[in-house]
Formats: sequence, structure tokens, C-alpha cells
Amino acid sequence: MPDLSTTPLIGLHRELGGRLVDFAGWELPIQFEGVLAEHRQCRTEAGLFDVSHMGVVELRSAGGVADTARFLERVTPAGITTLAPGHQRYGVLTNQAGGIIDDLIVTHRGDHLMLVVNASRRHVDLGHLRQELPEIDFTERTDVALLALQGPKAVDALTRLIPSVAQLFFLDADDFEIDDVPLVISRSGYTGEDGFELVVPAADAERIARQLLEQPEVAPCGLGARDTLRLEAGLSLYGNDLDETISPIEAGLGWTIPKRRRDAGDFPGAARIVREYDQGSNRVRVGLAAEGRRPVRDHTELRTIDGRPAGVVTSGGYGPTIERPVAMGLVPAQSAPLGQVLIADVRGTDVPITVVDLPFTPHRYHRQPTPGARS
Amino acid sequence: MNTPDDLRYSSDHEWIRSEDGNRVRIGITDYAQDALGDVVFVELPAVGSQVSAGASMSEVESTKSVSDVYAPIDGIVVEINNDLVDAPERINEDPYGDGWLCVIELAEGVSVDELLDAAAYRALTEG
Repeated sequence: MPDLSTTPLIGLHRELGGRLVDFAGWELPIQFEGVLAEHRQCRTEAGLFDVSHMGVVELRSAGGVADTARFLERVTPAGITTLAPGHQRYGVLTNQAGGIIDDLIVTHRGDHLMLVVNASRRHVDLGHLRQELPEIDFTERTDVALLALQGPKAVDALTRLIPSVAQLFFLDADDFEIDDVPLVISRSGYTGEDGFELVVPAADAERIARQLLEQPEVAPCGLGARDTLRLEAGLSLYGNDLDETISPIEAGLGWTIPKRRRDAGDFPGAARIVREYDQGSNRVRVGLAAEGRRPVRDHTELRTIDGRPAGVVTSGGYGPTIERPVAMGLVPAQSAPLGQVLIADVRGTDVPITVVDLPFTPHRYHRQPTPGARS
Repeated sequence: MNTPDDLRYSSDHEWIRSEDGNRVRIGITDYAQDALGDVVFVELPAVGSQVSAGASMSEVESTKSVSDVYAPIDGIVVEINNDLVDAPERINEDPYGDGWLCVIELAEGVSVDELLDAAAYRALTEG
């Protein structure tokens, strides 16, 4: 596959028999043993994913991290100035029309902020951020790998190598070491499971990955399982469930916008986003459960029982944990109540599909036991 | 990949086993199941339906994609593997055995001799 970017783990992926595909211009494994086995591995044990294709960007400014946070709030409705050192927040970048430019994780690294953005959006994001935030100095970390160790036993595997990671709660991040190799480790991920994400120097990435894979709980997992895991967990994928026309309220991401930001309305697209937050949006992202076993895939058109258009499936496939089809869709608000039955047109066959609560599988994050302590 | 010598093959990655009378059993090859990945849904043809070589007769969905299964030969479907409805993974686990799709009664004058033999199919998939 010429012209594709490769991650520091490409050699390991080949050695482990990963089936390599072009993903957003990156040569990455879609699977090793198989999507179903890897999915179950991650739900019951632990899976190691190479997510180095995602963009890791450091943000600094002359006035220090407090200024950087203040500047960054110009391009996102998330709460950044209230983010404490050593913590992370999920949020979105919005455009003037209130649509989503990307979804991302912001980490307060003490003296700077770190963003992790989608591979397919990193160039768009960087161009946008540089243009809108000239006060900020952006450093794209192309010298690191990003590993995700996900699953209920990820903590057992990683604490064997670094006992002190046990102190992290969900969305905490800190500096650690393995054999003098500096790592940024956060308790985060995108599978709905407990787990960790590790920023690793590229030169050490393969060695660290091998150390993790040597742990009895851990097996390599590909992008196929990553997609089925995040879909069962009801988590949005940029390009499917999120795009530049879909607002964070429509996308069900209103929770990423604190009251302070809604009251101030000082972010791109605030007029639409605040109005939709208060009054409801015309379209809503919902969970969809189809009867039978046939997966209902993205781009499938939906309609009401009496034949009116009712939106579209934005992500869909088979949920290996619940052993049924799982889907999310963007539907008109009047079609969004739980229990509403719609019709999916699956290549000419009408498949009844019901609006259900998300997620399909409960999140099992290792949250801090005192809720609100970090708000 | 496993490509048994005693079967015939289509270039669309089905296998064909001659059975009693004018009947053939059909499934998808080991090569095809491996390329598809984990199969999660199978839509079988209806018993009694007429199929023609090269035309879609059923669908197989994996975790990744939807694929048509093309009839390898002209005939009428006389038996289908209903076990696949609840256990589509049999296609991955045993593509030449429990993972069979259907039995076809060949149309008059049709012979499996027009299909690929194992050596020719191996050449196609290993080429």
C-alpha cells in the first residue's frame, strides 16, 4: 500500500498477522484474530489498540497555561479554563453554524494543554486552530505513538508494569515511566470499558507494546473491534455520527457544554447551540435496535410506519456483546421518543427498528467515587 | 487456505460438491470466509427459487461488510441450511461442512465440469 502513513508499530502489526487496511490514509490493522474475538477480549479481559493515527497536539502560549485555556475556549463550547492539572475533558470544536468540526480530548498537562484529535480531521483541525488562535504555539507530536489498553483487566496488566497507574481515575492523566521511558498515561478510551491511553516515544513504542502484550490479560485488537466496541458503548464517530452540519445538541453532546459557557454564549455557533439546548433540536441522535439478526448499516434511510422520512442511520452493525444488531441514527425529534418503531430500508427489505436508550452496553469507567469533586 | 481437491469452485469463491442424482451442495470457500471476516448474518435463498450462474442468490454479512453470494451454476434451490440463521459463524468455523448454504438441483444440460477444479481455483486465489 504505497502513499500510506505508518505508525511506529507497523512492524509489530505485520509480525502479529494483522490484516492491514487504509484507514484515513494510515496503514493499520482492521483485525488480528477476528473482530468478534477481539471485541469479546476487550469486554472481558484487555485489548491493545494502536491509535497512533490520531493527532496529538500540544498547545502553549506566552502567558502560560491559563491563557492557553482561555484562548482555546474561543473555538469550543467545552469548559477548558475550569479544567484542573492532570485531568481531561471530552469536547467538540464548533463552526459558526453550530456544526461540529471535530470531537477531541483536552488534557491539562500542568504547563500546557494537549489535544487528541481524529486522524481524519487532524489537518482540518490544525489549520482551523492556527487561524483562529494566533496567540497559541501548536506542536504536533509526530514523534510519539498512542496506545489504548482497554478492558476490565487493563488495570491488572498495566499495574504489573507501573503500579502507580492504579491511582488514576477516569479522565485523569499523569506522567509515568517504564525503564526510564517517559509516558503520559490517562485513564480513558473509547470502548466504554475501563482502560488507559499511553503516549509513548516512537522509538520505544514497539518495546512497550510487546511488554503489554506479554501480560496474560492482553491481546492485540484492530480497528474493526474498536468500531463495534464504541458503537455498543453509544459513542459517536466523526464522519458518521458527527459532521460539520450536526450540532452538539443534535449529537447528544450537550453535556460537554457547561452552564457558564451556555450563559456567556461566547463560542462559535452559540446562537444555534444555546437555542437548541434550551428548546430542543429538530433532529436527535438516538440508539436504534433492529429486530432479527440482520445488521442495519450507516446511510440506511429511515421512515415512519406511515411512510414519512424519519432520518438516517449514522452508525450501524452487529453488537458482539449483546449478539444483536446495534445502530445509531439522526432522526427528527418527533420520531425520537424511546420505543418509537421506525422502518429501515435495508437494500429493499423493510426492517422494523426501535428507538432505544444508549448505550447498548453499560459504561464501566473507573470513576472517582465522589461525583462532582472535579467539576 | 484449505481448498479440497474433491470439490469444484466458481471464480466468485463458492464451492460446489456433486451429490446424488443431479444435485450439488454449495457454500463459500475458506478463502472467501477468511476475506469476509466474522459472519454475523446470512440471508438464504428460498427453497424452490430458480438461480442462474453469476446472479446473486443470497447475502452474507460480516462484521465489516455485506457481500452477495452468486449462484455458481443454473438450477433450482431444493434445500437450505437453516442452521445458519442462528449460527452464521458456522461459515467461518467449517466452510466446507456445517457452513454449507444450499443444495441446488441442476438445470437440464448443466454440468459441474464447466466450473473450476481445485488446482484452477488455487491458482486464482494464490495468483
